[in-house]
Amino acid sequence: MSKFISKEKKEVPALSTSSLPDIVFMILFFFMVTVTMRESTVLVKQGMPTASEAQKLEKKSLVSFIYIGSPLDAKLGTEARIQLNDQFATVASIPEFIASEREARDEVDRKQLTTSLKVDQNVKMGIVVDVKQELRQCNALKISYSSIKKKEGN
Amino acid sequence: MPEINATSTADIAFIMLIFFLITSTMDVDSGIMRRLPPPLDPTEQPEDINKRNLFEVRINAQDLLWVKGQYMTVAELKDATKVFISNKSDDPNMSDKKEVNIPMLGGIYMASRGIISLKNDRGTSYNMYVQVQNELARAITELRNELSKEHFGVNFSDLIDQEKIEAIQKAIPVAISEAEPENVERN
Repeated sequence: MSKFISKEKKEVPALSTSSLPDIVFMILFFFMVTVTMRESTVLVKQGMPTASEAQKLEKKSLVSFIYIGSPLDAKLGTEARIQLNDQFATVASIPEFIASEREARDEVDRKQLTTSLKVDQNVKMGIVVDVKQELRQCNALKISYSSIKKKEGN
Repeated sequence: MPEINATSTADIAFIMLIFFLITSTMDVDSGIMRRLPPPLDPTEQPEDINKRNLFEVRINAQDLLWVKGQYMTVAELKDATKVFISNKSDDPNMSDKKEVNIPMLGGIYMASRGIISLKNDRGTSYNMYVQVQNELARAITELRNELSKEHFGVNFSDLIDQEKIEAIQKAIPVAISEAEPENVERN
């Protein structure tokens, strides 16, 4: 019987890790393709309403965001505030914001610029109406009411 | 020449991977697309619209829906809008039709003159407003789907031919007019 048992002690060969970088690079590229860069830190509460008719915003680079909601920092109260870029703003600073957003884009793309209103669902329409009126005044007419797409069960 | 040691590439790639994980967001932005009317010209007189063509939707500060003189729930709004726009029974209280020449749909098409007039209070919640916008959008999508199925056999969203898409859009436009906001503030 001893014929089949080898006398030398067999050691487990070292696991080859040479393909590990390839695997990690694959994951990395997957992430680079699927995700979008976070543009600004959101300072206001963002509970999006759901809607079945929501359409995907097609060209990410042609979208500027206006955030509206009550501040996350409780010290600032619960009154709904507007956030442009990285800071709180008032309705009066929207024309300036739109102008700078237009400035940042190619001349050909300026007409396609969409303003995405990211508004918390508990916000009252008053402030939204003011923002919309201001957008009308500066001719930024394409808007999108940001909402989470809900699958409808017909 | 000795081979270059490649063991650390994995670490470098990991660092990059973690960097991307932190700086990025996965969420896809979606929303209800709308076009705002251009700024008002003070010299221009508002267009006179026949009352029967106006589908008035009002939302008050208590989030109650008032449609064409009666209260309604959000769930009923879609079907009411569809009935109003399509007006299959030629009800004199509902939207009028006009002839539009659309060659893709076989010549003259009886398009609705109906306009949805949406008005909200400053105290309306944003959630309610989006729900109403969504229901109105759904009504239009369903009408377009029906027309598209009838003529081309597929849903409107599945149409690829640009001419067909434009024909359907011309037959059933998104006619939502938002009134100038009223400054009625109540608590």
